[in-house]
Amino acid sequence: MPVHAQADVEEGAKLFRRCFSCHMLGVNAFNRTGPHLNDLFGRAAGSVEGFQYSDDMNRAAAGGLIWDVDNLDAFIENPKNLISRTKMRFNGIANPKDRANLMAYLRQFSDNPSNIPEADPTLQARDPDIDPDILAIKGDPEYGAYLSGECVTCHQTGGGDDGIPSIVGWTQLDFVTALQAYKSEHRNHPLMQLMAKRLSNEEIAALAAYFETVER
Amino acid sequence: MKLDRRGFIGAGVATAATLSAPMVIGAGHGKPRVVVIGGGAGGATAARYIAKDSAGAIDVTLIEPTRTYYTCFFSNLYIGGFRDFASIGHSYGTLAAEYGINVIHDWAIGVDRDAKSVTLAGGSKVLYDSLVISPGIDFIEGSVPGWDITSQNAMPHAYKAGSQTQLLKAQVEAMPAGGTFAMVAPPNPYRCPPGPYERVSMVAHLMKKINPTGKILILDPKAKFSKQGLFEEGWGKHYGGMIDRIDPDFGGANIEVRPDTMEVVIDGEVEKVDVCNVIPAQKAGRIVEIAGVIDGNWAPVHAADMRSKLDDNIYVLGDSSAQGDMPKSGFSANSQAKVCAMAVRGSLTGSAIFPARFSNTCWSLIDTNDGIKVGASYEATDAKIAKTSGFVSQTGEDDALRQQTYEESVGWYAGISADIFG
Ligand SMILES: Cc1cc2nc3c(=O)[nH]c(=O)nc-3n(C[C@H](O)[C@H](O)[C@H](O)COP(=O)(O)OP(=O)(O)OC[C@H]3O[C@@H](n4cnc5c(N)ncnc54)[C@H](O)[C@@H]3O)c2cc1C
Ligand code: HEC
Ligand code: HEC
Repeated sequence: MPVHAQADVEEGAKLFRRCFSCHMLGVNAFNRTGPHLNDLFGRAAGSVEGFQYSDDMNRAAAGGLIWDVDNLDAFIENPKNLISRTKMRFNGIANPKDRANLMAYLRQFSDNPSNIPEADPTLQARDPDIDPDILAIKGDPEYGAYLSGECVTCHQTGGGDDGIPSIVGWTQLDFVTALQAYKSEHRNHPLMQLMAKRLSNEEIAALAAYFETVER
Repeated sequence: MKLDRRGFIGAGVATAATLSAPMVIGAGHGKPRVVVIGGGAGGATAARYIAKDSAGAIDVTLIEPTRTYYTCFFSNLYIGGFRDFASIGHSYGTLAAEYGINVIHDWAIGVDRDAKSVTLAGGSKVLYDSLVISPGIDFIEGSVPGWDITSQNAMPHAYKAGSQTQLLKAQVEAMPAGGTFAMVAPPNPYRCPPGPYERVSMVAHLMKKINPTGKILILDPKAKFSKQGLFEEGWGKHYGGMIDRIDPDFGGANIEVRPDTMEVVIDGEVEKVDVCNVIPAQKAGRIVEIAGVIDGNWAPVHAADMRSKLDDNIYVLGDSSAQGDMPKSGFSANSQAKVCAMAVRGSLTGSAIFPARFSNTCWSLIDTNDGIKVGASYEATDAKIAKTSGFVSQTGEDDALRQQTYEESVGWYAGISADIFG
């Protein structure tokens, strides 16, 4: 069943109240705290003229991030799924049904509905939800310290971040979220996908535990 | 293979070493001793990790003749004008001061595997419990007819970074308008598979600015090379018509050079050139051969810990090692060094040994903000370090992605430099 047929647009309009303090829609929409969200579906991330995006959003944009249903769903569920230090200060919407309704509403302002895959939203190809059991794993920082040797060839322990983002001093939750997003290919960066895919969930937890303790 | 377990460079040196009571470093000492020969990508990383993670429990000595190590990685970017020379030089000050590594600026000229000692050119001996050797490459004599190491001023290799790199750049800058830059590319295996082709890109970038009618001629003994499609696409896009490559089908493997007259002979045909960059065929650094841990041109090692297959107390890292699927790169040497450091510590102090993990990524710059990369991860099997999976940039990528890829390489350079030298 197509996504819009099943979702409730009116419910979505109500949910948009959680966004409209920052985002505008419709004919006279302009950029506020966040960019306008007209023509969002199929739009390249970070592409609204005149809006100052965060460095992380610009990096994801350069990497080719497109706002399709899957990516939007992941972003709205938890913005940090896709963009670790996004400027969008929003905790996310946990309920998948709510997200589907909200997206159906947003789609009304995109005159390009063919960009929406005709798929049931509950059958999304990739599931951004991270199993709570994975988030609950307690990592072994000593093992993490060893594993980190592989990361610090690129990510500077001193916290420098020209060209490659800094990963020291993050909360474990943000760290695991980011790595799981590469592992599940939600984040599209072949190099980091390769790194993350060969890490087990325990190893990711160990790395998160270690890097949290490293000071900038 | 029959090699003396006491190897020395030249008889004269052997005499010096037998002079009355040479100084012996590390005798009568309680702590386990690790000696590292070569302070490059592999050796300096190994020394730093062993010293850092053993927190004083192991005595680490690093033997390296030069006081400033110029990285080969990014040396092409210096030629292209994207880096200044000082920015690719690194000193050993932090390794000595902050990690307590005993840095000796001298050549290792002999290894006595029975006495477990290394002889230095200065005459003293350094005792070890474990010896790590990471001396990079040396050139195979006679591999390019007409060229030997005494020709390196007329026809630089610039394949060990430093004054050779500066010389090559100066020669390109001094080329007559419309002149020809020739490169004799090396046969496999050699350090940094994309290195010669990144160099061609950077020379082309420089020439486009200062000598736009100049020509570049690559004489290549290989039918194919690393990231070929990506380089050729980029050369067409940025340097249309400037670069010609002669592959083996057209005589690229049948080359002679004449440094005195600045000529190259391609399959019998003489060509006058203005600059000639000769990158000869390569083998393990000489000290590996002297130590007798070589088989053919390279040092066979166990994949799990980089331990020599010919001596349990010796580890060989980086370009010199025959380990399997990893390319000879600074990234690989650094990755291998960390696995080795953990194994050395484990065997000397009983610290935990986790399973080996290896990875590599090599970036290359084709023109301003046009970066490409290739990478892979590897695991240790009984037979070798084996590739598990990889990725490579694609042709036709958009400008933003290429710029991001270049910017990543700048971040990587900062990261790996800090990881090697502290
Ligand atoms: C033009 C070029 C571009 C490159 N680009 C890249 C790149 O982008 N990315 C990448 O990952 N790699 C790159 N490389 C490859 C990289 O430089 C090497 O693979 C790497 O340096 C190998 O590390 P190593 O420890 O084996 O040897 P080296 O780094 O060469 O270190 C060897 C050290 O041992 C010392 N030594 C030798 N013999 C003795 C002795 N008898 N006693 C004491 N000391 C000794 C030498 O002085 C030297 O300092 C490039 C190489 C070249 C030439
Ligand atoms: C507190 C302000 C704020 C709220 C609330 C907010 N956003 Fe955002 N949003 C932003 C900012 C700021 C950005 C730019 C992010 C960046 O550059 O990292 C952004 C970016 C986005 C983008 C990416 C746009 C682009 O051009 O790439 C989307 C999609 C988005 N928000 C959707 C939503 C939705 C849907 C909601 C409500 C559920 C919401 N936002 C709530 C501030 C907000
Ligand atoms: C070869 C270089 C390289 C290595 C090795 C590497 N990374 Fe990365 N990493 C990158 C790059 C480049 C990015 C930016 C990717 C993007 O744009 O999505 C990145 C992004 C990340 C991010 C997300 C950062 C952000 O701001 O969103 C995390 C977390 C991360 N890496 C963790 C790791 C860990 C843990 C390891 C070791 C297991 C590792 N990386 C190894 C290059 C590397």
